[in-house]
Amino acid sequence: MKKTRPDLSVRIGLLRLQNPVLTASGTFGYGQEYAGLVDLNRLGGIIVKGLSLQPRPGNMPPRTVETPCGLLNAIGLQNVGVENFIADKLPFLRNLSIPVIVNILGQDIKEYRKLAERLSSVEGIAALEVNISCPNVKAGGVVFGTDYKAAARVTRAVRAAAELPIIVKLSPNVTDIVNIARAVEEAGADAVSLINTLTGMAIDVETRRPKLHNVTGGLSGPAIKPVALRMVWQVAGAVKIPVIGCGGIMTAADALEFLIAGACAVQVGTANFVNPRATMEIISGIEEYLVRHNFKDVKSLVGSLIL
Amino acid sequence: MVRGARSKMDQVTATVLENRFVASSVYRLRIEAPAIARVVRPGQFLMLRVGQTLDPLLRRPFSIHAVHDSRTVDILYRVVGKGTNLLTAIKKGGKLDIVGPLGRGFSWREDLPSLFVAGGMGIAPLFFLAQIITQNGTGAKTSVLIGARNKIELLCVKELKAMGLQVEAATEDGSAGKRGLVTDLLTRKIITSRPVLYTCGPYPMLRAVAHLAREHGLSCQVSLESFMACGLGACLGCVAEMRNGDLVRVCKEGPVFDAYEVAWK
Ligand SMILES: Cc1cc2nc3c(=O)[nH]c(=O)nc-3n(C[C@H](O)[C@H](O)[C@H](O)COP(=O)(O)OP(=O)(O)OC[C@H]3O[C@@H](n4cnc5c(N)ncnc54)[C@H](O)[C@@H]3O)c2cc1C
Ligand SMILES: Cc1cc2nc3c(=O)[nH]c(=O)nc-3n(C[C@H](O)[C@H](O)[C@H](O)COP(=O)(O)O)c2cc1C
Ligand code: FES
Repeated sequence: MKKTRPDLSVRIGLLRLQNPVLTASGTFGYGQEYAGLVDLNRLGGIIVKGLSLQPRPGNMPPRTVETPCGLLNAIGLQNVGVENFIADKLPFLRNLSIPVIVNILGQDIKEYRKLAERLSSVEGIAALEVNISCPNVKAGGVVFGTDYKAAARVTRAVRAAAELPIIVKLSPNVTDIVNIARAVEEAGADAVSLINTLTGMAIDVETRRPKLHNVTGGLSGPAIKPVALRMVWQVAGAVKIPVIGCGGIMTAADALEFLIAGACAVQVGTANFVNPRATMEIISGIEEYLVRHNFKDVKSLVGSLIL
Repeated sequence: MVRGARSKMDQVTATVLENRFVASSVYRLRIEAPAIARVVRPGQFLMLRVGQTLDPLLRRPFSIHAVHDSRTVDILYRVVGKGTNLLTAIKKGGKLDIVGPLGRGFSWREDLPSLFVAGGMGIAPLFFLAQIITQNGTGAKTSVLIGARNKIELLCVKELKAMGLQVEAATEDGSAGKRGLVTDLLTRKIITSRPVLYTCGPYPMLRAVAHLAREHGLSCQVSLESFMACGLGACLGCVAEMRNGDLVRVCKEGPVFDAYEVAWK
């Protein structure tokens, strides 16, 4: 008897994804960078590099350094700015058949609101991911991500300004991530995504200088996966809105851990650098797993952790 | 002028034909990768996955050193750390996961005299350019100035001479060629022939060559290095500062730049 293929589609509020695999912001450029290596239309969706109102030059190099099973980065949110994104990057993305999610970062609430308004007014954007958690910029960013009241304020402002589903991306650099997740849920977020990078640093002992020009940076990659998984599990147990898991996902098995822990979808980040085809392999691997374990759809697997 | 264009990149599994010790801590890796060999241009590079484990995590960038019969590609590498150490363990017949060719390579002029200035491993990409320029041979003079710490680390001299190039060497300990730095070989006599300069090597050397070129109004292309996480233009980690203040991606807008455009530190 021929088995029907499992249904990989998931819903994040009003947003429907053909499968639960998204690309994490800042690790997939504006999509085009991977066009020759990945069948972009097979992705669950693309989350583009964080956008600010004005173009940002970013930090001085060195901006990245490898650590055991991880990558430290202090890019400083270099990006083309919202207008250049709409003019130069969006036309390519619009031609894809998959949802495009735009990650936004403001210096203050007003900027978040302006970004949300501007991006709601153009065709081809499926949702906004509100970055309240970037550790690499001095003003804004992390301040919102570590204070639950500020996080709620940003969320409300974007909610009021945007006609799109909004995902709030949480910082792991907090004492109680559940507290922040609940605050943004209450403030009207359609979903939360976690985690952003963990702040870290590395020193060259020969020169006694920091390896990053910015001194500190954000740690990503397999090294952070257990921390990310624990946070996703805690948050998924505490909020009703969908949770998108992220942090150190390299393989289908990693992605499955996050789904079982309660994430409705996952983001693949650093893995794209190591293996540009990682997302494709993860999608196939999830499907194979569902078949092997007789799940008719991915939804049945979400939050199925046996304690 | 032959433009330093980009070529179509891909992720391929290549077969290792040879991974041979050359001298000191330098190895030559020869792989069969027709898809890459057919399209690659001098100055472009590959991102190699040196192992299947998670540490080291990232791919490592290596320049194309030579191409043979549009089928095989050579990489010349020095063992400096974890990744390059692992690379030495890969045996003939083994498989390597490669992304490439990447970046913007050299733009060259076959009708003008060329001068290559190589320091240490900097000869790796320049050798490929020399190969192409001499193959297409318009008879314009092509010379190589090459520097290394000592005689053992002076690479490719025999091969370059066999290609009919005029080679001058400098070593820091004087064990071969002139004692001193490769930039000491950039004499007035050489400069008066007004060659186009192509250079690759340690940063201080590149800077010195760039300054000389500027002083004498010579056209000069430099191949820069940077720590690269993706090599694809996606992470924005590898940037270098240009004179106009822009921070540009070495992996995408480079690694070869016009020396005049770089903000030398
Ligand atoms: C475009 C490009 C082309 C290159 N071509 C060649 C080549 O043809 N042959 C060759 O031998 N090397 C080349 N390199 C340098 C090579 O990529 C590094 O030596 C290699 O990544 C080191 O890996 P590792 O794991 O052995 O060292 P690690 O353990 O990562 O580091 C060991 C030491 O090497 C230094 N290092 C690490 N990465 C780099 C880097 N990207 N550039 C310079 N120093 C580094 C570190 O600072 C450290 O001191 C190239 C680099 C770039 C960016
Ligand atoms: C080079 C780099 C750039 C990043 N840029 C952004 C960004 O602009 N906005 C954002 O919200 N997250 C950014 N991130 C964080 C990732 O989206 C992701 O949350 C994090 O890397 C953890 O996932 P990973 O371990 O799979 O990479 C960046 C990460 C890296 C490595
Ligand atoms: S190495 Fe990622 S952009 Fe250049």
